[in-house]
Amino acid sequence: MTGTILTPGSRVGAETMEKAARGRSLWDDARRRLLRNKAAVGGMIVLGLLVLAAIIGPYFTPYAYDQINKDHVWAPPLTQGHLLGADSLGRDLLARLLTGLRVSLAIGLVATTVSLIIGVAWGAVAGYLGGRIDEIMMRVVDVLYSLPFIFFVILLMVTFGSNIILIFVAIGAVEWLTMSRIVRGQTLSLKHKEFVEAARAAGLGDGGIIAKHIIPNLLGPVVVYVTLTIPAVILAESFLSFLGLGVQPPMASLGTLIANGAQDMELAWWLLVFPSLTMVVTLMSFNFIGDGLRDAIDPKDR
Amino acid sequence: MLRFIGRRLLIAIPTLFLVITVAFFMMRAAPGSPFDGDRKLSPEIEANVMAKYGMDRPLHEQYGAYLAGVVQGDLGPSLKYKDKTVLQILQENYRVSLTLGLSSIILATVIGVSLGVLAALRQNQTTDYVVMTIAILGVCIPTFVTAPVLVLVIASKLGWLPSAGWNGGALPNLILPIVVLTLPQVAIISRLTRAGMVEVLRSNYIRTARAKGLPENRIVRRHALRAAILPLVSYLGPAAAGLITGSLVVEKIFNLPGLGKFFVISALQRDYTVVMGMVIFYAALILILNLIADLLHAVLDPRVRLS
Repeated sequence: MTGTILTPGSRVGAETMEKAARGRSLWDDARRRLLRNKAAVGGMIVLGLLVLAAIIGPYFTPYAYDQINKDHVWAPPLTQGHLLGADSLGRDLLARLLTGLRVSLAIGLVATTVSLIIGVAWGAVAGYLGGRIDEIMMRVVDVLYSLPFIFFVILLMVTFGSNIILIFVAIGAVEWLTMSRIVRGQTLSLKHKEFVEAARAAGLGDGGIIAKHIIPNLLGPVVVYVTLTIPAVILAESFLSFLGLGVQPPMASLGTLIANGAQDMELAWWLLVFPSLTMVVTLMSFNFIGDGLRDAIDPKDR
Repeated sequence: MLRFIGRRLLIAIPTLFLVITVAFFMMRAAPGSPFDGDRKLSPEIEANVMAKYGMDRPLHEQYGAYLAGVVQGDLGPSLKYKDKTVLQILQENYRVSLTLGLSSIILATVIGVSLGVLAALRQNQTTDYVVMTIAILGVCIPTFVTAPVLVLVIASKLGWLPSAGWNGGALPNLILPIVVLTLPQVAIISRLTRAGMVEVLRSNYIRTARAKGLPENRIVRRHALRAAILPLVSYLGPAAAGLITGSLVVEKIFNLPGLGKFFVISALQRDYTVVMGMVIFYAALILILNLIADLLHAVLDPRVRLS
């Protein structure tokens, strides 16, 4: 958009104007609003740093996350080369924290993707087909909702033993419920829009309409909900780990670190404080981004 | 109205049935059995024990027998705690969880609604920002962080309150667990209230009320609050679920003899009947709360009854 002069009436002008209008009306506008939101921008910067630290950080720590060192047991922060101290086995907290952050973020991402795929497909099909099928599919969602989520996951973990893949699947399989409801609601309102009718008139089948017209138009609310699901998933995993059902040692996640820190807090406050802070900062940045995105995309509160 | 209740009940019962079925078969699919103790049982004794609890029969027969029992209000004997039925275990331990849950939800509602209304009335002023910051912190600081931190600071370092234990439900022992459970709920409730209030205050009938010259106080309390509180009513079910989840952590950290602690232990020990009993108990609780929420909705919002 480098200063094109729009001359009303000329064909080029009309075209550019149409393009500009379309661009501004959705994503450009949303991006501008998002970037004006200080909390959201702050959240993005902090999250970017956290992700970077989680990806490359573990390669730069002087100790490995599972390296046991008998002489360094309970080393306080800033002693014996442990920036954040060491735990009951003399393992470096910084290395464990970075690894734990990596595991938690990975679980958040993968489980959210699982929930995204199931939720969008389920909600779009239910909302689009409507009638009896919609009723049955949404009844299933209601049933799963009324089983206290955490019991469901605990049962899954107990049934199949805890391994990391299962944590992904278990949490993802539960978190799709809200997503499917949101998507269904949106689909219901979308399917009566003119462009869907036009597509049908042009001979496109149900599958094609869902894939090409419904799902792309769901993007806004779905993106917002994804940024709010990731912290929910991280929280759920940490919760499981806290109860001893999540990631198994010597592997670490933020939840296991906080759980261990809580056990040893009388002796070594740093084991509780640093993982907790990391957790809170991570969750906060996701929530700020999510709220910012919602304000930017959802025109309701403007 | 009766038809409305009837329809909701007709939905709730098959839901409960499905929940029981899923939980039953998941529990049975788990490897191991409740009788894998420290001592290895001889095959004959194990066969006898299995026969005693009817676990030598095919799974679908056990399922049928279990369902028949549930319908008659019999949740079976515990497989781990000798001489105790599941109902007895529930009865002996529900009080702790109920006390915590009920106090938290009442406290959270009172505090959350007040904060939310306050924030909405002072929209985009300092009060609003303070309340919303509290709300965000409450959502982002999980119970398993607040609980140990509070124990460390208030119980261990300052020694103001006991760090753990039930002590017959003495008030000092209750304060920390209730605070931990209440904080996240206050956050969510104040957010919901603020959002509802902000929307309602913009609506035409509030403008009408203002134009009539009603005092602001009356507008807020009689006209706006009633409509703004609707989203809260639907939050009743999820709130219960959240409290139950929170109580698992709180009962573990504060070492309280509640139901949540039982659930995890029983699941790990494969105490099938106890786990099933708790799933049924909690699912029924949430279903009932959802039912109450629907009814309240219908009472408060005439539009619901029409559809």
